[in-house]
Amino acid sequence: MNEQQQTLLNFMWQQSDKLLVQTLQHIGLTFISLFAAVLVGLPLGILIARKKELSGAVLGVAGILQTIPSIALLGFMIPLLGIGAKPAIVALFLYALLPIIRNTYTGITSVDIAVKEAAVAMGMSKWQALFKVELPLAMSIILAGIRTATVINVGVATLASYIAAGGLGEFIFGGISLNNTNMILAGAIPAALLALLFDFLLSRVQKFTFKKVGTAMKMTPVVLLLLGALYFIPSAYGSRLTAGFTPEFMGRQDGNIGLQSKYGLNIHTVVISDAVMYKAAYENQLDIISGYSTDGRLKAYNLLVLQDDKGIFPPYYAAPIVSNKALKQFPQLEKTLNLLSNKINDSIMTDLNYRVDYLHQAPEQVAKDFLIAANLWKPKNNGNAGVVRIGSKIFGEQYILANIYSMLINGYTNYGVATKTGLGGTKICFDALVNDQIDLYPEYTGTGLLAILQAPQKSIDSLIGNKDITYHYVKKEFQRRYAIKWLEPIGFNNTYALMMRQKQAQNLRIKTISDLKHYLENN
Amino acid sequence: MIKVQNVSKSFGNTDAVDNISFEVRAEENLILLGPSGCGKTTTLKMINSLIKPSAGTILINGKDVMQQPSAILRRSIGYVLQNNGLFPHYTVAQNIAIVPQLLRWEKKRIQKRVSELLEKLHLSAIYLHAYPHELSGGQQQRVGLARALAADPPVLLMDEPFGALDNVTRSKIHDEFKALDELKRKTIIMVTHDVQEAFELGHHICLMDKGVIVQDGVPSELLFRPASTFVKEFLKEQRLQLEFRSIQLADLWDWLPIGNNQSKINMLSADTDLWTSLERLTFNEIEIMYVVHHQKNEFKAVGFEQLMSAFYQYKKNMPHE
Repeated sequence: MNEQQQTLLNFMWQQSDKLLVQTLQHIGLTFISLFAAVLVGLPLGILIARKKELSGAVLGVAGILQTIPSIALLGFMIPLLGIGAKPAIVALFLYALLPIIRNTYTGITSVDIAVKEAAVAMGMSKWQALFKVELPLAMSIILAGIRTATVINVGVATLASYIAAGGLGEFIFGGISLNNTNMILAGAIPAALLALLFDFLLSRVQKFTFKKVGTAMKMTPVVLLLLGALYFIPSAYGSRLTAGFTPEFMGRQDGNIGLQSKYGLNIHTVVISDAVMYKAAYENQLDIISGYSTDGRLKAYNLLVLQDDKGIFPPYYAAPIVSNKALKQFPQLEKTLNLLSNKINDSIMTDLNYRVDYLHQAPEQVAKDFLIAANLWKPKNNGNAGVVRIGSKIFGEQYILANIYSMLINGYTNYGVATKTGLGGTKICFDALVNDQIDLYPEYTGTGLLAILQAPQKSIDSLIGNKDITYHYVKKEFQRRYAIKWLEPIGFNNTYALMMRQKQAQNLRIKTISDLKHYLENN
Repeated sequence: MIKVQNVSKSFGNTDAVDNISFEVRAEENLILLGPSGCGKTTTLKMINSLIKPSAGTILINGKDVMQQPSAILRRSIGYVLQNNGLFPHYTVAQNIAIVPQLLRWEKKRIQKRVSELLEKLHLSAIYLHAYPHELSGGQQQRVGLARALAADPPVLLMDEPFGALDNVTRSKIHDEFKALDELKRKTIIMVTHDVQEAFELGHHICLMDKGVIVQDGVPSELLFRPASTFVKEFLKEQRLQLEFRSIQLADLWDWLPIGNNQSKINMLSADTDLWTSLERLTFNEIEIMYVVHHQKNEFKAVGFEQLMSAFYQYKKNMPHE
């Protein structure tokens, strides 16, 4: 990335195309799902206000949906609906349901009984009473529900970028992965502003006097639909193959930026979380993905790593990085962690990952089995000479490594261990280490070089391709800048890689990234 | 006009209304009177099908209400609620126009009818476009009455129509109610728990208790020939006032001293009730009033004491009690 300190406005200006697209997608996602939720929630609310015996069940189900963590809900959607806009809209729709159903129900049931009785006694039919009396009087409570749902949706829609549905989450999660505060803010600020803006606009609608209720009722669906349609403006392009890249990959020099500048690769790309990316490739929903070369799912899903014939992916040798402070506090720590030095090669790591990612074995079990096989296993000492805090990023390999280190420290020293696994991305993990929230975590040389040090292009060019030089460069710079020590490498190289389904790669005769580029140009 | 025949209504295991029958003649005011929970409101609501009877039949002009579509039936029956039940999102004019609109009257006709009613009910035209919450309780109740009368239905049902009003406003509206021409042409069933109101406005009272009609008769029948101790007890507190109100000077005629004042000063008609006569005496601070009996063409001269002693004579000669 640019080594100069960019200002936020600079960044937003440079990325204004993307920002616009993401914002439109964000608004679109929010309102398509909201429209659907109103379409379903309003009649459901009316129904349960009429048949109160159903209200417990309906509100209960909608309430349970609401408590499912958003990421999990998105995850559930993938087997059913694949990736992209569909599952995101369905998930957002489910979240928006509860406030709309509940407020419609509350709104209608709280209409003065005397007024309802008067409507019936005057000779209104059920529907006349509903449209002329109950709905207009419930409207401000119903609108409050729609307002809540809108704000929830603007927030949750940031997560849509995990499953390739776009939106401002692309910047937010890209920024978190890339340690790029400007990028995070470029996504987060517009998202917050959208939430505030829609909240404000709806509060104005809510305050309409009774006279305008009719107009408001008629306008709402039109406005929702128009805003929803924004989603489709940006996606009116496409190529024969679709690539799914993680938000981190999108913004990295050794990622999409390098693919474009060095290979001139131009492919229809969606942003997606690595948790679902492999499966999406396996299920033909994506053709090219940005994976990790030691990922277990490579094996599980029969994916082929394309050769990096122009060398844009630097070596990613894994090693524990530890703060100097912790090394001083725990004198035996360095020696213990280095027990793992050069013990795990690429194929061992891929196998361990396969067991966790695909066979769903517990990382603890996999770690213990490995240590026993490598003759490193020692039972727990139950030491009490201080607690070492181990962090890990949020994917299987890091969980395994964190567990291995935890068992080594427990077995070989008299320190206790606390693990803080699943820290969202490089930035979160690294910040935790710098701010003394953890003592160590496993990091990769390439990530250290590009994402953390953000080394100048010249040094990158000279370093890339040589694993030892890269290792020494990051070791020196980390010590100098952050007082953090890189211990000895574990042995495997978990580099970035582009991958395709074996079969498709064979059919299209693609082996290298250059092949892919030619194929895209000629078809 | 309205016939209620052997009607019962039970909610779960409780009988809210238990096999009641009564009849209301055209242009008559029937009061359903009783303590709360006696079934009077349930009875009222069965007449316009807001509540479906468990048994029995209700006929309006010989037609069974259960055999008609409820919505259509209700458009021909005016309904006034205790808490007025005005639509808070409708203006006064829109509220009054609800039933005519449901009946698809022409716009002009509706407008004409609305302003006519406003005038009859002493509401200023400036309230036409006001919302109910901008009106006083008394005004709201008048709009409620106007709404019930809008399509000029032959039958009017009123559920504690003046229950939420303060005493001053209530007696004012009572007077208006009695004076309103339009109401004189209506067959009215009114629910109240207020004994005075019942005696003042009703031609005919059904006193109810625990779902049954305890006594059905004109006010003086309830007062002087109570069917049970319940009736007596129910009327006890206001008994004296009620008696004064239900007895006319003509009833006391024989016990009043003869007078012959021909001047028109302090002259009362013999169909004035005792209460009003006493009021007149104390209010105007006069000793003697003259009463004329037009049919008999006789005159009497009465003071406070003469009236009271005549009243006791009358009571002594009552057949029962």
